[in-house]
Amino acid sequence: MADRILEVQDLAVSFRTDEGIVQAVDGVSFQLEAGEVLAIVGESGCGKSVTAMTILGLTRSPNARFEGVIHYKGTELVAATDEELQRIRGAEIAMIFQDPMTSLNPVMKIGDQIMEQIQEHEGIRDAEARDRVIDLLDRVGIPRAQDRVDSYPFEFSGGMRQRVMIAMALSCNPSVLIADEPTTALDVTIQAQIVQRIRELRDETGAAVILVTHDLGVVADIADRITVMYAGRVVEEGTLDDIFYDPQHPYTWGLLGSITRVDRPRPDRLPAIAGLPPSLADRPEGCHFRPRCPHEFSECTKVPPLDPRIPGEPHHRDRCWLSVEEKRELREIGPGEIGLAGEEGAAA
Amino acid sequence: MARFVLRRVVGMVAVLFAISVFTFLIFNVIPNGDPALRIAGRHPTRGQLETIRSQWGFDKPIYVQYGKTMEKVFTGDLVSYSTQLDVDQEIINDIPRTFCLAIGAAIMWMVLATVLGLYTAVKAGKFSDRFLTVLALIGISMPVFWVGALMNYYLGFKWKIFPNGGYVPLTRDPAQWAYHLILPWTALSLLFIGVYSRILRSNVLDTINDDYVRTARAKGLSERQVMLRHVLRNSLIPIISLWGLDFGAVLGGGAILTETVFDLQGVGQYAAESIGQLDVPPVLAITMFGAFFIVVLNTVVDIIYAALDPRIRLT
Repeated sequence: MADRILEVQDLAVSFRTDEGIVQAVDGVSFQLEAGEVLAIVGESGCGKSVTAMTILGLTRSPNARFEGVIHYKGTELVAATDEELQRIRGAEIAMIFQDPMTSLNPVMKIGDQIMEQIQEHEGIRDAEARDRVIDLLDRVGIPRAQDRVDSYPFEFSGGMRQRVMIAMALSCNPSVLIADEPTTALDVTIQAQIVQRIRELRDETGAAVILVTHDLGVVADIADRITVMYAGRVVEEGTLDDIFYDPQHPYTWGLLGSITRVDRPRPDRLPAIAGLPPSLADRPEGCHFRPRCPHEFSECTKVPPLDPRIPGEPHHRDRCWLSVEEKRELREIGPGEIGLAGEEGAAA
Repeated sequence: MARFVLRRVVGMVAVLFAISVFTFLIFNVIPNGDPALRIAGRHPTRGQLETIRSQWGFDKPIYVQYGKTMEKVFTGDLVSYSTQLDVDQEIINDIPRTFCLAIGAAIMWMVLATVLGLYTAVKAGKFSDRFLTVLALIGISMPVFWVGALMNYYLGFKWKIFPNGGYVPLTRDPAQWAYHLILPWTALSLLFIGVYSRILRSNVLDTINDDYVRTARAKGLSERQVMLRHVLRNSLIPIISLWGLDFGAVLGGGAILTETVFDLQGVGQYAAESIGQLDVPPVLAITMFGAFFIVVLNTVVDIIYAALDPRIRLT
């Protein structure tokens, strides 16, 4: 087994707001090994971005409360001082954000924005830092990097800006790259290029990647392991194959069922899980997915633990009270097709 | 860039022309505005008045009068109706006083407002923020003629900490120059510090939630660098245009009250005295002088703007 570089244990994050306490993340645990790509998947508001940003302490505020621990190579990050975090941010753990249109400072040259990060962590001279920036831009696929280093963000398209963000994130050779919905704001062809780029760079640099997304389609290309989150909790985790070919939690079925596929007959409406995720300020008791789940039964008012439920597969864990046999039967909504029964527009 | 400058120069000529016409006309429709009466002194005879009218050209059609007056503005032959002194020369004599007041105060209010605005934004909601907010509101609410008079009376006249008004040229004695200007600078800056710091505070609080600020933090920059390089720079851009306009107005003699209260004998005070005597030539000249600075500073602001925000193109 490779080195474990990041370990999140029982992380809980809550925010005090006008509507009461919002429990954004509730007891999330996962590990990350060197060179591995871990995908955290879930709908908007499931706590995946908060989890990702909390690793770098970016959610710290007077109204936020944190529990649990995050170990990065022997440093505990939840209780780390600002100075400790600043040393790690950008240099050891780097982050790519969702919206490349707004994530770059509009009045600074992109080269300067990357140089700033390099020079913050490594005391190198301007010329040297600049050469490195040009090399980085070249590596992420920016044409004429030599000239474009002095461009401003508004002179770049969305896909180019996201490449700049990736170049920035990689500038100090981080051990962990956190990509928070890196392709959401981009159109589909650019999405594929960006994912491809992240994968190649992972192979070149050996950095571990945490990919936060709501799109299982993006994940299929790149992830080694997948963690599915719902309403602040992990509901299922396993390898890519576990999640795609033997998903155990009805929510995962719903996510899989809502992927549009070109090899299937075109549905009238795009499939979607009925209902909405619960408000994080007022979550249902027991299994949080219960109100939207067509397979709900009496046990579901109790919180199911995240346990390995398939004999012989200790790494594939989920939070659903149904038996493995029931699950394998219920998730088949068509021949060889996985989905959540009652899904709007589903084939069932 | 050449096109930009050309357009601005053409625009400036148009603005100055319009302003001069309006100013000239206003004084022609004001009751008791007959300049011949003013020039003639007490109890003039009808004949004396006629002579003055034809000498000064007041019997000519108004557009001829306007043309003659404007010609004199630019040839330097314009004289005051009441004092008979050369107007351009008077303004030139007053310029150093007004400029010293304006430049010093503009630096003072910009620096202090930046510090105050940034500080209150960082401390938003805390006691120090609320306390300084109240102070800023007091500063905005206090009229210059009142604050200036109080300062002059207590700090100048009664306790003799500062000189009681007046002006000492920089070239004669720099220390005395600054000493005499501290009170006027402060009085003039108070309002601006209050307004600017409030605007900056809200700009900073808006900017601080922008995505690129989060990016800056994620890069590992210290909070200080995040604030100065990313938040402050973006928050200051709107303030710069305000500053340019206010600075232009004060340079052009807009600080009438401050100059008068502290008896600085600057362009603004000259304007105040001339208006009181319905003395058209100085008022006209000073109005154009002021308008010139406002237009020029406006152009300078646009250039600074484009330098600060590359998305803006000068056209």
